[in-house]
Amino acid sequence: MEFLVASAIGALTAGGIYLLLRLRTFPVILGISLLTYAVNVFLFASGRLTIGASPILIKGVETYADPLPQALVLTAIVISFGMTAVVVMIALGAFLGSSDDHVDDLPEEDPRAEDAK
Amino acid sequence: MSHWIILPVILPAILAPFIVLAARYHITIQRVFSVAGVLAQIVLTAGLAWHVSDGTVLLYQLGDWAAPFGIVVVGDRLSTLMVLLTSVLALFVLLYAIGSKWDERGRHFHALYQFQLMGIMGAFLTGDLFNLFVFFEVLLIASYGLMIHAGGDARLRAGVQYVLYNLVGSTLFLFALGAIYAEAGTLNMADLAQRAQLISEEATVGIRIAAVLLILVFMIKAAVVPLHFWLPSSYAEAPAPVAALFAIMTKVGAYAIIRVYTMVFPPDLEVTSGLHDVWLLPAALISIAVGTIGILAAKKLDRLVAFAVIGSMGMVMTAIAMFTPEGIAAALYYMVHSTLAAAALFLIVDLVRDSRADLRLTPQPPVAGAAMTAGLFFTAAIAMTGLPPLSGFLGKLLILNAGFDTAGTVWIWSFVLIGSLIGIVGFGRAGSVLFWKSKSLLPEDGDETEDTDRPAAPSVLSYAAVGGLLTMLVLHTVFAGQIIGYTNTIAAQLFAPDTYITTVIETPGKLSDKPAEEN
Repeated sequence: MEFLVASAIGALTAGGIYLLLRLRTFPVILGISLLTYAVNVFLFASGRLTIGASPILIKGVETYADPLPQALVLTAIVISFGMTAVVVMIALGAFLGSSDDHVDDLPEEDPRAEDAK
Repeated sequence: MSHWIILPVILPAILAPFIVLAARYHITIQRVFSVAGVLAQIVLTAGLAWHVSDGTVLLYQLGDWAAPFGIVVVGDRLSTLMVLLTSVLALFVLLYAIGSKWDERGRHFHALYQFQLMGIMGAFLTGDLFNLFVFFEVLLIASYGLMIHAGGDARLRAGVQYVLYNLVGSTLFLFALGAIYAEAGTLNMADLAQRAQLISEEATVGIRIAAVLLILVFMIKAAVVPLHFWLPSSYAEAPAPVAALFAIMTKVGAYAIIRVYTMVFPPDLEVTSGLHDVWLLPAALISIAVGTIGILAAKKLDRLVAFAVIGSMGMVMTAIAMFTPEGIAAALYYMVHSTLAAAALFLIVDLVRDSRADLRLTPQPPVAGAAMTAGLFFTAAIAMTGLPPLSGFLGKLLILNAGFDTAGTVWIWSFVLIGSLIGIVGFGRAGSVLFWKSKSLLPEDGDETEDTDRPAAPSVLSYAAVGGLLTMLVLHTVFAGQIIGYTNTIAAQLFAPDTYITTVIETPGKLSDKPAEEN
């Protein structure tokens, strides 16, 4: 199970970083979403992986799941959800304003910028 | 347990929704409440700073839960100094925003401003790493709104870059926190400081990775090379009062590095040796180089000031990277100075912007109120580049002095001194092009139409706000002796964190080992 979770985190992170380097807003936002999923699973796994264990103390139960990472993940999910919504709105505004969805600055007086118009 | 320490966070948190809900359409009421809130902040934070100046550590347990289980807010000399600096800066920047009518150009400026203050105050006061992440997000999400305040295509594009870069930073922060929790089983800084000592030297891989990831996050915030790329366009395109307030945000990163890497992972800790204590200094020195060369190469005034911020952050990080009490004391003195100077410069850029076609460094007809603006620019540039007599000079002297007997003396001295020289040349060139050469473009005989076209000079309140910041710089210079004495005691407290740790860990509360005292 450890190998499965670890490789899932690795695949999500690799995909996220690849999309992040595409430098157009839509792939970049998707990439950040993938990275957020990766980090959520990672945080979840930081409390050790258990199957079918309860996070609440009960008499006679020996194995517990760590409840704190679950709380941390919940906070992280909420925050990343809100942040993604914000960045989609700002990126949409920037794209509608300048008809260009590049994330990086185009060089000044670049002929390409003229052609795009 | 004193409740005062949580108030700098609570006050803006209440004020901001109030402004949104109750005073939505009344800019005057918003202004009154915003200014009143910031004034109350100054009184509060000054009181806190005075209270902890004798070395006590204030602790507030949220919900009365004992430390490693509950969230704590901690005030020691360092954090109260930073919150005091934030509230003083916030007052002058707010006055400028009102005087220049920036707050009318979009909606919800004052509410976002208060949320921003809440995030910054919380980041300085919290004693818990995950809570630090949450307050980082609070200040970031408010800053996203402020960054694109008043709109415009260029600003939105810069805003996208800024938001995306910081989202990646937040993700990295979460990875670091997960790694720390997996290794140490706690995120409370005081508790972590104790447990980091217990980690055996055979199993250091996880904690070393965590320590490096964490410092990368803080270096993004502090805009240290090679993680500074978000700063120039976002600071240049942000509305001037917002850019001026952002001057404190790079210091949040520097503060977090000081806090975590003196207490949790101190330089003499075996398990993390050979990491940040080795390569933070070269990164900081290259930041100085990049910043000052950027000053010289900038084609526009706003970019020039943004690169000056990178250079001054490099200076601060150089002093921090020595990880000696003298270095930290010098860094704190310089940090206060560079916050005030950078904020003043961003506001002056706006004074210039209002009456010119653009901010390109080309001779254009003189700006409205040119003499006054030029004088302010001259003073602020002297402070920023570190010429005598202002506090930048003293700060750099302190940094040079702290770096005198360390291994990297030659490098520190040459980078700081040559960097300062390049900075002086860059600012000198910009000032002479903007204010001096413009005289030669004056129309020979007083042309009537030319005069009516020219925009009005900035309002008195704008000048008063900039003047106020410069006055604070002068005070920072005049009382340098006392302030340096105080930063020395701050550094002493940081390098003897036992009081901090025992206060946080051993104060009784719910779930603590000892029974709570009857009260």
